[in-house]
Amino acid sequence: MEILLPIIIVGSVGLFLGIGLGIASKKLHVNVDSRISEILNALPNANCGACGYPGCSGFAKAVAEGKASASGCIPGGSKSAHAIADILGITASTGEPVMAVVHCKGGIAEAAERALYNGIQDCLAATIIGNGTKECQDGCLGLGTCVRACPFDALKINQNGVAVVDPEKCTGCGKCIKVCPRKIISLIPKVHKIFLACSNHDRGGKVKKYCTVGCTACTLCVKATPSGAISMENNIPVLDYTKEENFIPAANKCPSKCFVDLVKKRPKANIDTKCDGCTLCVPACPIPGAITGETGKRHVIDKDKCIGCGICLNICPQHAISLWGTGSIPKQARMA
Amino acid sequence: MINIASLIGISISAIFINNFVLSRFLGLCPFFGVSKKLSSATGMGMAVIFVMAIASSFTWVINSYILEPFGISYLQTIVFILVIAALVQLVEMALQKYSPTLYEALGIYLPLITTNCAVLGVALINTGLNPLTGQPFTFIESLLNGVMSGIGFMLALILMAGLREKLELSNIPKTLDGLPISFITAGLMALAFLGFAGLNFFSSIGG
Repeated sequence: MEILLPIIIVGSVGLFLGIGLGIASKKLHVNVDSRISEILNALPNANCGACGYPGCSGFAKAVAEGKASASGCIPGGSKSAHAIADILGITASTGEPVMAVVHCKGGIAEAAERALYNGIQDCLAATIIGNGTKECQDGCLGLGTCVRACPFDALKINQNGVAVVDPEKCTGCGKCIKVCPRKIISLIPKVHKIFLACSNHDRGGKVKKYCTVGCTACTLCVKATPSGAISMENNIPVLDYTKEENFIPAANKCPSKCFVDLVKKRPKANIDTKCDGCTLCVPACPIPGAITGETGKRHVIDKDKCIGCGICLNICPQHAISLWGTGSIPKQARMA
Repeated sequence: MINIASLIGISISAIFINNFVLSRFLGLCPFFGVSKKLSSATGMGMAVIFVMAIASSFTWVINSYILEPFGISYLQTIVFILVIAALVQLVEMALQKYSPTLYEALGIYLPLITTNCAVLGVALINTGLNPLTGQPFTFIESLLNGVMSGIGFMLALILMAGLREKLELSNIPKTLDGLPISFITAGLMALAFLGFAGLNFFSSIGG
């Protein structure tokens, strides 16, 4: 029987404390906290720090207090921004989803080396010693500093010795941009599948000597983009993605094939029977000879020459042209 | 009724002579965990003072009016853990509701020290005899012992944090860098605090 007394006393102390805590948690309930944990659940919880706050919980707290924007989480993108907006009862203004791209594709096969490097396998270390081993002073060193910086495993050094971004995995957090000593990684809107894979500032003839896929500053891409979304700056074309320009003609005109199109196979244009032979599409097409036909008769598109830029779609008054085939349709063609 | 000499003796004893970290070697985990930065060490120290004060007063009441009358003082440890844990939870909730500023200042450290052995240690010491008077601790004495032990903990923590911030900048052999050099530093600090034992309040005032 002696055992009963301690059991009863300790049990009742525990019971008393438990009930007390239960009542207290109801009475002293603070509403602010539940929102923070809900926001935290809506975040990717990768704790990448791209938002500028210490971890996802810090960001969630800042959002709940109104100090940070609901769309501040870059890896979470529009998905978590909308989820947070629902929790807070506001409408989220999400930026376009972005992805990182490496502006170089001159690897072992294309770009010449000028030295043998046996030091620390890190781009920054290699840059400090004589600015890297490549003849090109702006090319990717391929030692993987960006790969190690990526929290999402979205970067890798390909077999050609150049860093490439996996568009599926990239969240646009921008960590690789900060660590790249060459400063050849930048963010582009995900809807634009085309970017310039060269950062070389040298003049044409010089570039040709050490890289077969280097930009020679020929300005053909600038001429192929009448809206002026491409401009030359320090011997390198700069693509202005804010102008929502169609970069497909520019990419196809490049003689050095410096552009990278993430869409492997573009759909081709096709003219149907509504065509009345107005010939308006012929001068609009950036590829000479891709559209042929006599005035007043149905025109034909040469499938081998068509690059699928979709410019003719907007030109045709009869709406007789459409894009056929696999691959995503360029934004402007879709809007037409 | 209040013995002033005893209170002064308790204070100096708790802060210096029987410093929880450097003499009794209790609460070493937060001592090393939170002593990397001076600012967080201060926050942790404040939280420890707060919790120790509350814990020592409540456990004294529980011990004197529940455990001792029923003769089950041997259950002290279990009951004290229960009471301290529940108490800290309650205090945390109350703070969050009524004083968000203090809640923010104490932050994560409040729940962290719920079952800190230093807090339990001060509660258990308070159930024994006061070495200065030879009597059991009174309520005022145990409350003061709690606060002063907390201040002693904070002192050790802040001293350590200051030293570790300096250590970050010094040229330390790679094998000793980080925690090893901190352990050595803490050991040297404990040796230094051993000097306070010479104050010997117990024989001169007590009795």
